[in-house]
Amino acid sequence: MRKIFIIYLAFAFIPSLTFSAGSMDLDEYLEGMSVKTSDVRSLQRGARNFFNNCSGCHTLQYMRYNQIAEDLGITEDQLMQNLIFTESSPQDLVMNNMLREDGNRWFGKAPPDLTLVTRRKSPEYVYGFLNSFYEDNSSPTGVNNHVQEASSMPHVLWDIEERLSNEEYSQFLNDTVGFLVYAGEPIIEKRKSMGVWVIGFLLIFLILSYALYKDIWREVK
Amino acid sequence: MAKDTESIFKNPLLRWVDDRFPLSSLIKDHATEYYASKNFNIWYLFGVLSMVVLVIMLLTGFFLTMNYKPSAEDAFNSVEYIMRSVENGWLIRYMHSTGASFFFIVIYLHMFRAMLYGSYKKPRELIWVLGMLLYFCLMAEAFFGYLLPWGNMSYWAGQVIVNLFGYIPFVGESLTEWIRGDYFISDITLNRFFAFHVIFLPLAILGLVAAHILALHHVGSNNPDGVEIKKHLDEAGKPIDGVAFHPFHTSKDLVGITVFLIIYFAAVFFAPEMGGYFLEVDNFEPADPLKTPEHIVPSWYFTPYYAILRAVPNAALGALFLVFAVLLFVFLPWLDKCEVKSIRYRGWQYKFALTLFAISFVALGYLGLQPATGIYVALARFFTITYFAFFLLMPFYTKLEKTKTVPERVVYKKKES
Repeated sequence: MRKIFIIYLAFAFIPSLTFSAGSMDLDEYLEGMSVKTSDVRSLQRGARNFFNNCSGCHTLQYMRYNQIAEDLGITEDQLMQNLIFTESSPQDLVMNNMLREDGNRWFGKAPPDLTLVTRRKSPEYVYGFLNSFYEDNSSPTGVNNHVQEASSMPHVLWDIEERLSNEEYSQFLNDTVGFLVYAGEPIIEKRKSMGVWVIGFLLIFLILSYALYKDIWREVK
Repeated sequence: MAKDTESIFKNPLLRWVDDRFPLSSLIKDHATEYYASKNFNIWYLFGVLSMVVLVIMLLTGFFLTMNYKPSAEDAFNSVEYIMRSVENGWLIRYMHSTGASFFFIVIYLHMFRAMLYGSYKKPRELIWVLGMLLYFCLMAEAFFGYLLPWGNMSYWAGQVIVNLFGYIPFVGESLTEWIRGDYFISDITLNRFFAFHVIFLPLAILGLVAAHILALHHVGSNNPDGVEIKKHLDEAGKPIDGVAFHPFHTSKDLVGITVFLIIYFAAVFFAPEMGGYFLEVDNFEPADPLKTPEHIVPSWYFTPYYAILRAVPNAALGALFLVFAVLLFVFLPWLDKCEVKSIRYRGWQYKFALTLFAISFVALGYLGLQPATGIYVALARFFTITYFAFFLLMPFYTKLEKTKTVPERVVYKKKES
């Protein structure tokens, strides 16, 4: 038991050894970050933020509207009125009307699909990216980004960042990034809560199986 | 044989079966009258655990196949479909992806057990050889399976590994084309890798597992003392130091299996990506032949060999070293000249060599994940040398060993409770 535990601990800590490098200055732009996928209200606000500000250019091509509605407790009416800005039906994938060729022509590189962006990069990357635009007149968009130098994305959230206080903007980003984390893995909360039950069951089963083992081996000398 | 005719059943239906099928004798030979040493320690768990993982992989793989589409166009989408729209598809998929890593964890520990207690030595050489064939099949199975999600790392790691065959003189180039069925990794490659992954290799693995266990039950299990328990029999002809596989070892294994499942499911439910080691970040983007990942790294369970490949300055020679690094295991029964099986009674030479080997293997695994630059290459070269020295110098240092006296019977102290 103890040995297995030690092996497991050793194993569990390997990731921290190697995956810390690579995003050196990202940490500077993470002030106020606290993403909670368990907070449905935050995810709802994140969905609103996403559809109001991102969905014109970015898709969620593996995600269906009605799944978002079901998971986040949004009614079909609310969905149709507030989140679906295209001709899509609730059961459709979250696509938009921007053609790939147009995207490539307008931005140099078509805006990427964002369903898996927090898994491909990290929630920290997305938060830091949206939090580190700065004015740069040499850039075609008038802005540049500390996390992703020479990004072709304009600072779409400019007026929102101007209007909101620092805390409010952090909240805005936390909601939005939380929604994207959810979109990357819609079952993330279900996974964790089911895990608690499974591990709990196995722990009880462990007691029983240990008692059985002790009983059967009682006479072995 | 007389014992075959003795039915263990009273139930008439089972007796009917027994008259037509060797059910009783199978149960006796492999469970209730298969005796294995009573002093098995934790190292003896990993055989049964690899069976548990095999069953998990077969079952989850079977269900994944129902929704997975083996084509370049659909593969990535179908995996996301499984993760989102298939009822509990995410659980099946995470159990499969996490299971792949746990398979290698338990197999590496299982192999290490054999090296600790000399389980590959006479009369168990064939068990070891069959086990190594299983290991090779498992590596192939993992390699073919890794391409199927059609993520960008799948694609590029597949590319790198297939290209290794290109180093074979004269036929290399055409051989890689023959394996891919195309000039590059494509839809055709994906389709045939799928066939290997879901039919050919699982069948080969099941057959080899049967042979591995039959051979084991023919000669009997080794034990941490490396003592033959069949030498000391009681009046009934049963080994004094052995206990029946069922119910004794089965009840003990059940505890181990439960602990294993707790660890395994902790990973499945709380860390299925395991910081990018079980599911790599680059695989969250579909295969893109025009976009090479920054560091192409195979799955962690192949990185010791990958480090060896990169440690050799010449690529063709590196590929050759890689092949030898894997193959040398097969010859252990004949490289090891020491009569004593268990490390408990062996000389310092083997203890030292095995420790150094274990360190080398883990270090190479770590170095294989790092970029091939500067100090990492130097270290990889050092550990490549110690890795090969373990095998190639074995005939010499095992002859020099001053061994301790091996006890007549196994050491078994029951803890007072």
